[in-house]
This record gives sequence, C-alpha cells and structure tokens, in this order.
Amino acid sequence: MSNRILVGTRKGLFTVERTGTAQAPWAIARPSFLAEHAIMTLADRRDGSLYAVLHHGHFGTKMHRSVDDGATWQEIGVPAYPECPPGQEHQDMWGRKIEWKLDRVWALEAGGADEPGVLWCGTLPGGLFRSSDHGATWQLVESLWHNPLRKEWMGGGADLPGIHSICVDPRDSKHVTIGISCGGVWVTRDGGATWRCRADGIWSAYTPPEEKENPNLQDVHRVVQCPSQPDCLWTQHHNGIFRSTNGAETWQDVSHLTSISPTSFGFAVAVHPRDPQSAWFVPGVKDEHRLPPNGKVVVARTRDGGQSYELLRHGLPQHHAYDLTYRHGLDIDETGDRLAFGSTTGSLWVTENQGDSWQCVSEHLPPIYCVRFA
Amino acid sequence: MPRVVFTQNLQRHVECPPTDVDGATVRDVLDAVFATNQRARGYVLDEHGAVRKHMIVFVNGTMIRDRVCLGDPVPGDATVYVMQALSGG
Repeated sequence: MSNRILVGTRKGLFTVERTGTAQAPWAIARPSFLAEHAIMTLADRRDGSLYAVLHHGHFGTKMHRSVDDGATWQEIGVPAYPECPPGQEHQDMWGRKIEWKLDRVWALEAGGADEPGVLWCGTLPGGLFRSSDHGATWQLVESLWHNPLRKEWMGGGADLPGIHSICVDPRDSKHVTIGISCGGVWVTRDGGATWRCRADGIWSAYTPPEEKENPNLQDVHRVVQCPSQPDCLWTQHHNGIFRSTNGAETWQDVSHLTSISPTSFGFAVAVHPRDPQSAWFVPGVKDEHRLPPNGKVVVARTRDGGQSYELLRHGLPQHHAYDLTYRHGLDIDETGDRLAFGSTTGSLWVTENQGDSWQCVSEHLPPIYCVRFA
Repeated sequence: MPRVVFTQNLQRHVECPPTDVDGATVRDVLDAVFATNQRARGYVLDEHGAVRKHMIVFVNGTMIRDRVCLGDPVPGDATVYVMQALSGG
C-alpha cells in the first residue's frame, strides 16, 4: 500500500504523504525543484530510487535521481539524439524539418525486475531511449527510430510526435509495449531489436475514412497494462476507449457502450493491478472543448471490461469546475484501492476505496503534469 | 584574453563563474570553459553543440550570428555574455 504520491507540476515536484489524520488524510510534505517544470517523475520500486525530469525553458531537459527518498538529488544523463545523417532528413506535417534533437521527455519507466538499473524513456520527437545504468547514460533505440513507418507519425497534443506510454511485461522484460501520439501502439518482444505496430481494431474519427483504421495514425492518449495479467491492456484514445486481451494483437472498442456523458474523450487511464476488468478514466468533453462534462469533475469506472461504466463524483467538485487531467495525471497503487489524480488547474484528489469517495488534497497546486504513487 | 560571463539564472543549476580563457571564436572560448565545467555545456548548448533555442550569446554586446557552428570571432579583449532569451519564458 502506497503512502506517498509524487506530483510533477509546472512549478516543481511535490511529495504528498498520507498523514492518517481525519482533517487532512493526505498532505503536501515538501516541494522539490520549486519553480521548475517537473514534467515527469518515477519511483523505481526495484531499488527505491526516485527520478525527476525537469524541462527548463532555456536550459533544456535535465534528469535527476535521488537515492535517499528525495532528500537530495543528483543530476544524471539525459537522452541525446545523434546527428541526422545526410539524406535522412524528413519533414513534419507542416513541411518543417524534424530536427534530431531532444524536445521533451514524455515517459519514464523502470525496466523489468530482472534488469536492475534499466530505464526506458519516451521522448518528442518520437525517439525511445534505454539506459542500463540508472540513467547515467542513454542509448537511442535505433531499430524504432529508423523504422520507415516512424516518419508517418504526427504530433498529437504537441507539434511533434511523442512516446508517452511504456509498458514492460512483468513476465518478460524484453516484451515492451509503447504508446505514441500519434503513432498507435508498438510492441517489441526482443528487447527493442524489432518492433511491430499493433493497433488493429482501434479507429480514428479525425482522419479521412480511408485512413480510419490505419494503426500507425492512432492517437492513443495513454496505454496501461494490467500487471497481473499483462496481456490485458487499456487505452484512452482520442475518440474512445479500447481494450486488448491478447497483448495488443487486437483491440476492441469498448467506448460505444459507455454511459459516460457526453463522450468518452479523455487522456488518462488506470487499470487495477490484479483485476484486468477494472479500469478508471477521467472523461472530458471531446477534443474541441477539453473540459469536464457540464463543469462537473467525474471519474469513470468500469468493473466489467468496459461493458458498463459508472461515474464517480463523491468528493469531486460538481459546480463550475474546469479541471482537465492530462495523460499522466492519474495513477493507481499496487493494492488497487488507492488512486490519485491531478488537474491542469492544480487540484489533487485521492481515493482509498477505488473511487467511491475522493478527498481533495489541494486545490492550489501549480498545473499538474503527472501523478505517481511511490 | 576573452572573458566569458554567464547569466545569473544559470547559477541556480550549475555554478558558472566568469572565466578568462584563450580562443579566437565563440566555439573556442565556450569549449575552453566547458572543458573544466562539463555540466554547464548541456545547459547552454544542445546535444549537437548548437546554442539552445532560448539562449543567446553576445560578443562585446553584439549578438552572435552563427548559432550552430559558433564561428563568430572573439577579439582578445572581448567579453562573451551567455544570456537567456526572453522567448524562453
């Protein structure tokens, strides 16, 4: 059971801890990197390390590691792209040259339990990086970067395409599934040597009809994997919710049955660690609005694999609330009982009963990018 | 000998005192500074050695033109300022 939450925000990384008191069961314990964009964080359960990714407006992206529970931090390496060889240049959807440079880190995950020190990092403009030394050095996964289909990826939520989700199969560390906006779902079963795009069954409402089912153009906003049944994956997609029960070989649209009103648009998804049928979402009005439905913050929960959803609202603001939750803004702990989510307007909520009721930790944090139990 | 001076805001992340170094171009003098302050390099230059998008470099008050190869000349008595561009927020 996790008693600590790391919250990456526009103005620093905040550690939130469970106090157990009636007045404030969860409270902000301390800020780190105050005033900096803390765009991603990771608590590595294999060795207790904490990681923070800072995106400095002027000085580029920097990564830090703490081995003393966040008391002190050491700057580590950061992914770096190689020089683009002549003839390899290509343009984005506006005809501008895509530079082979780190624009932003968008995902950071630990490798498998059998590979201590291994980290995976997803970036914009679409490069996946791997470290085998706790982030001291990083290597571009060239097999994916040089895949010709990679050049078809488009920006989704940003000008450049980016890898935002990385799922390492607990049964096999060489089996890694990643999600790309917009590039669908890609899978390697050999540690990154070869990759296949696996988004069959996912469809898009934002492309011409003939491209509707192009797996490589799907804007999967977030992809998560059930730790105890890793063949079961969920994605909150740009225009729906999809689920796979066969390791991303095929996907089923499970949003058409939703009772979520008025749409199933959203960014974040969490899956129960032991029950692959149970998943949570933070819905919003679809893409041209990106607001909570009717100004009411709700969490959608399914317990039957997406056949039905219930809207959870106890403890959440139900009047003129305009909180939006980004793709990394929702997390679930290892018990499956505790979830937390944060919003663009600096609100943070925690539940200890799978969402039946929520406690507000703060309404005054900076805009929240990511929330992770530690 | 040219003097290289860094924006005060960079000191929050990595110590960069004013440094006198030899060199005839911006590349020369920055390489000389970063040879003994490796961490600072990544805050000023990107992974390919170009000036970061929201950083600017002045030589005796004149903004450099070559942000990729850093070939602008640096007189022996110059002061090179490494500053933040307001475009970076």
